[in-house]
Amino acid sequence: MTTLTLSKALNEGLRKALEDNPKVIIMGEDVGKLGGVFRVTDGLQKDFGEDRVIDTPLAESGIVGTAIGLALRGYRPVCEIQFDGFVFPAFDQIVSQLAKLRLRSLGHITMPVVIRIPFGGGIGAVEHHSESPEALFAHTGGLRVVACSSPGDAYTMIQQSVRSPDPVIFFEPKRRYWDKAEVDLSAALDEATPLTAARTVAQGTDLTVLAYGPMVRTCVEAAVAAGEEGRSLEVIDLRSLSPLDMDTVLASVRRTGRCVIVHEAAVSGGLGAEIAARITQDCFYHLEAPVLRVGGFSTPYPPSRLEEHFLPDLDRVLDAVDRALAY
Amino acid sequence: MAVDGYGAATAVPGPASLQGQAGSSPELVQLLTPEGERVTHPDYPLELTAEEVKALYRDLVLVRRIDTESIALQRQGELGIWASLLGQEAAQVGSGRALGPHDMAFPTYREHGVAWCRGLDPVKLLELFRGVSHGGWDPAEHGFHLYTIVIGAQTLHATGYAMGIQRDGAVGEDGQAVIVYFGDGATSQGDVNEAFIWASVFNAPVVFFCQNNQWAISEPLERQSRIPLYQRARGFGFPGIRVDGNDVFACLAVTRKAMQAARDGQGPTFIEAFTYRMGAHTTTDDPTRYRLASELEAWKLKDPLERVKAYLVRTGAADQAFFEGVDEEATVLGKRVRTACQTMPDPQPLAIFDNVYAEPNALLEAERAQFAAYLDSFASEEVAQ
Repeated sequence: MTTLTLSKALNEGLRKALEDNPKVIIMGEDVGKLGGVFRVTDGLQKDFGEDRVIDTPLAESGIVGTAIGLALRGYRPVCEIQFDGFVFPAFDQIVSQLAKLRLRSLGHITMPVVIRIPFGGGIGAVEHHSESPEALFAHTGGLRVVACSSPGDAYTMIQQSVRSPDPVIFFEPKRRYWDKAEVDLSAALDEATPLTAARTVAQGTDLTVLAYGPMVRTCVEAAVAAGEEGRSLEVIDLRSLSPLDMDTVLASVRRTGRCVIVHEAAVSGGLGAEIAARITQDCFYHLEAPVLRVGGFSTPYPPSRLEEHFLPDLDRVLDAVDRALAY
Repeated sequence: MAVDGYGAATAVPGPASLQGQAGSSPELVQLLTPEGERVTHPDYPLELTAEEVKALYRDLVLVRRIDTESIALQRQGELGIWASLLGQEAAQVGSGRALGPHDMAFPTYREHGVAWCRGLDPVKLLELFRGVSHGGWDPAEHGFHLYTIVIGAQTLHATGYAMGIQRDGAVGEDGQAVIVYFGDGATSQGDVNEAFIWASVFNAPVVFFCQNNQWAISEPLERQSRIPLYQRARGFGFPGIRVDGNDVFACLAVTRKAMQAARDGQGPTFIEAFTYRMGAHTTTDDPTRYRLASELEAWKLKDPLERVKAYLVRTGAADQAFFEGVDEEATVLGKRVRTACQTMPDPQPLAIFDNVYAEPNALLEAERAQFAAYLDSFASEEVAQ
């Protein structure tokens, strides 16, 4: 086992992917010499060359559009979008092209393209650097959407995403890039938790908390705090946002009877709404309380001096837990 | 006003300029005049045997027949929509016949003539316009990518594909190259400009083939550009050339040279094929609302088929029996296309769920099962009755 930051774990995962398959290519702005603004691709261009780790012109649609062309030629591009708010110039290429080419070709084409997006707030950044656009992609058939929350998952999930024959939108919790944990770099990928599976990160009996990306740590901390008050929270890291691992979610909620869903994205039209609807539909008679959501307000992301009020934190999670348990 | 319809770069030409005598412009490569006279160009020597010219003529006629038949099929309710290539046959056949078997073409939704040159059965095109599929052919089989409907998006795919050719070491001797088609309107798209930049800085083996048919639905070229389109290439750092898009010889020669340069590792070329959309944008469009009949009449005199026919007659390379034979072949092709379209079955309802993902997807499988059960419930009701 090696202690790694989440950023370094991604770096090691990408390195492994580049080593394992000569068709893997990394492309994005500043991913080469600089190693990415979060250093996720640090040292990769030096070791794998400029043809495989490509510093691209500054145009996000161009990054994804040319990645599609490379994939058509048999390559497996991993694109870096530098910040969440910069993905929108590439939105057409992702949603109208990347997601749809398999269907358009009646299965003749596969699109093994990964698009890495650092997402979420909490780093005191200027506008467009703190957003959570995952629901926009989860709403799009043909894409897979995942979010890692820990160094260990970062290491395996990025490799699994590169292996996926379907396009993967890979969300990285930017404020957790420097979180450290033990990572088993020799672990066999085939034995890792499947990319489609959620993971129970804290077991409990009173209420199920669902989270992903940066909110997983917040929710685990909330579970510890609640435990000190005698409340047993189960925390599930969803990991896969499309498709959702509803089997794991439903099994937990059937046991606990209560559920709180936490994400940084606005609650209106967010993934929490989708999950709540499915829980209500599929285990209505097990519910002791309405499914509650904790998330961003239905506003644009605020200036950073206000972000602590916008972002769900331990207290807001516990507030929702209290409300759910009051039924 | 300059004879090609453009004044100095600072002048904004008016709509009437589009009727300019493109053929007599020194900037425009032409090898066959509208009257069917063979002319030469120092940079584009072209030797064609009589058989090769006849083959090009046959392509032009057959492609036009596919188009005519498809318009009729739309009018009769067999197709939802059709995007006519009328007037652009030479640009498409000339460029399409310049491609080698290992080259790759990325079309818009109007490249029926290129599809023909790449050996794709026109019936496959009708599947898209009938609504049976979104395309569905295998791009690798024909070296012909799927139709892309979002304007200009395919230019980036083509450029990325060309970057793949570079990484495969397939540039140089026996090299491969990519051609990507788009229109005058597309030159305003961000994706197209990004593709120019990418292709330029990576020296990608891609030819940008712009069919300037003067109209982006109702918007004239003046709404897209103040300078001739081919001159834009210089700003991006690669050569631009304007060719008479109604001259199949010139389109063939210019595209051949550009593709060979790309294969050899000399990077991208921008080709502006100066042509005219003789028909509506699509079968749902009404061009009488935005352009003058006189403009159409002027371009009819530059018809891409008539000039080849005139050349064949003038040189004695083809006799009446040849022309009758081609017409008969076109009639047979038209009938085959018509019958295939009329008898094309709708997909099964559950096909909605096919080919969305390569890997199994639990949520989609659940939806498929639910929808299948729902459909079956009607069948059971019918049995009960």
